[in-house]
Amino acid sequence: MLYDIFIDPFMQMAEQPDFLLQVLWEGFVAGILYALIALGFVLIFKASGVFNFAQGIMVVFAALTLVGLYENGVPAYLALLLAIGVMGLLAYTVERVVMRPLVNQPEIILLMATIGMTYFLIGFGEFVFGGEPKAMITEELGLPTGSTAFEIGERGLLILQHIDIAAAVIAIIMVAGLGIFFNKTRIGRALRAVADDHQAALSVGISLNQIWAIVWFAAGIVALTTGIMWGARSDVSFALEIIAFKALPVLILGGFTSIPGAIVGGLVIGFGEKIGEIYWGPLVGGSIESWLAYIIALIFLLFRPQGMFGERIIERV
Amino acid sequence: MFYREAGQFKTTYQADQAIFPLSQDRIGIAVIAAVAFVGVPALASDFFLTSVMTPFLIFALAAIGLNVLTGYAGQLSLGTGAFMGVGAYAAYKITSIFPEANIIFVLLASGIFSAAIGVVFGLPSLRIKGLYLAVTTLAAQFFLEWCFIRIPWLYNSNASGAIEVQQREMAGIIVTGPAATPLTQYFIVLCVTVALTWFVSNLIRGRIGRQWMMIRDMDIAAELIGVRPLTAKLSAFAVSSYLCGVAGAMMVFFWLGAAEPSAFAISLSFQVLFMTILGGLGSLIGSYMGAAFIWILPVALRVVLPSVGFEVAAETVEHLTFMIVGALIIFFLITEPHGLARLWQLAKEKLRYWPFPYG
Repeated sequence: MLYDIFIDPFMQMAEQPDFLLQVLWEGFVAGILYALIALGFVLIFKASGVFNFAQGIMVVFAALTLVGLYENGVPAYLALLLAIGVMGLLAYTVERVVMRPLVNQPEIILLMATIGMTYFLIGFGEFVFGGEPKAMITEELGLPTGSTAFEIGERGLLILQHIDIAAAVIAIIMVAGLGIFFNKTRIGRALRAVADDHQAALSVGISLNQIWAIVWFAAGIVALTTGIMWGARSDVSFALEIIAFKALPVLILGGFTSIPGAIVGGLVIGFGEKIGEIYWGPLVGGSIESWLAYIIALIFLLFRPQGMFGERIIERV
Repeated sequence: MFYREAGQFKTTYQADQAIFPLSQDRIGIAVIAAVAFVGVPALASDFFLTSVMTPFLIFALAAIGLNVLTGYAGQLSLGTGAFMGVGAYAAYKITSIFPEANIIFVLLASGIFSAAIGVVFGLPSLRIKGLYLAVTTLAAQFFLEWCFIRIPWLYNSNASGAIEVQQREMAGIIVTGPAATPLTQYFIVLCVTVALTWFVSNLIRGRIGRQWMMIRDMDIAAELIGVRPLTAKLSAFAVSSYLCGVAGAMMVFFWLGAAEPSAFAISLSFQVLFMTILGGLGSLIGSYMGAAFIWILPVALRVVLPSVGFEVAAETVEHLTFMIVGALIIFFLITEPHGLARLWQLAKEKLRYWPFPYG
């Protein structure tokens, strides 16, 4: 038993280094995608203190809009633009209808409101686009398909899907772009001010409503990107919604307010999950992917309750 | 005018501390009890009992369970569905190991198992608070769901992977399995739910309940004046999971008859959380109202929409239900974040002065 847990998995790793590399690559790609979803969460939580449960369904909704428009004869790039427009409209509506009346409510009420939004968007999305899975229009958007195989050592083989490489590159560009946006632009600085202190930001003339609409729009664009990437790996369907649950452990690992935390957390969970599933999963009957990330995050939290990069929690009576 | 305490003097502490100190409340509760125990069984059809009343009572109990944890002790939990599942699987295992055991005893015992599991998953609450804790309770949800699928011992290695309730008798009456009448099942669910509600309402008024509320309102301050967070938080997790476990066991034994692991998925947790929050955090009557609202609304939509001329496909109704429920949840949160219980309280204030504008 102890041998199976502590020695055998490492023996397997050493025996088949190419397989280990493949697993690591898979973990890396999954981690990037988790990080992208977590990024959407972090953006909104930082600016408004709302734990946006609807991020997962926003991913699905954005991807469905894109594919649905294309199926109805809209050219791919125009469909992409229109999908961005729809996310902007959604952001505006959410700010106007949901967030503004609920300002200053306890966080659990805001969380519930986003779960209500999730229900609404599920119903709305299925109503408009139908519930059946759709194929992502990868090629039409100019994204690479196919794969390259690398030979490693004498008989090792590492297969990289081009779309995964594209996903990694786009994610990095996106994070860099967000970083520049937050640090160098006027609106980005206003966002950081709001994140620091709502009242102080208001008192120097920053419009909270405008900032929230922008932040939800940014999260919508992140959701669209995630939806395209994830949809290219599998189909676009409402089953994708569960990836939101995959992103939650990433969040508690990285801290709710930290963008670097979301990325590092995503990678840790991605690697941990794939390695755990492949090498330790068979010991307990497999498909441990669904909860392993939570257990990793839970154990981590016991030692550092505010997450890796979260701000230190100081409580006073 | 209709709801006044004027003239009702209390001469003993006992009378002052009664659960229903006002005679109007006592009359009201007597009327509700009469409707529940006599009116509904006499008038309702089997369809109404099985698709509305029984699930409503079961969900009300689950909502009370979550309310103990979230509303009274202030610990947000998203693992309710899994704790209900633990109760259901525990009850199933107990009756298959002890076929002769009294079914009420089985129900009450199954809650003990879910309480124990609840305490284990409540341990992180000693370190973690708020939304972080909510995410960690998802660990319970996914881990336990995985256990229901992957551990064949739990479902007696059935080929279908589901738990199916065997026929059991109590005092010569068939109470579970396909042969049991909806009326019998309704009565058992009603009695258990009412008894446990009464138990919880006293628990909340007592020392433990006041400790929970102190922890909820400010845990550090509570700790400073001598409330032990360990016992207060873990007892809240235990009581909450116990109630949810019993509700889950009743769900399978007296309503569904059989259940797959997916019956206890995260959507069940959300459903119960909606009931608790829409009903009103920290209110037992609110849990009943929330359960009624969330459970009966979709059923009503399914019946009402086609009858008023909307000839729509079944799946469209499903989608519309999702949209309407989601929109209503947001609407309610905006208009009354303290839930239906608060609306009820406001209505009582109004009734007190009616028909005069001011008291």
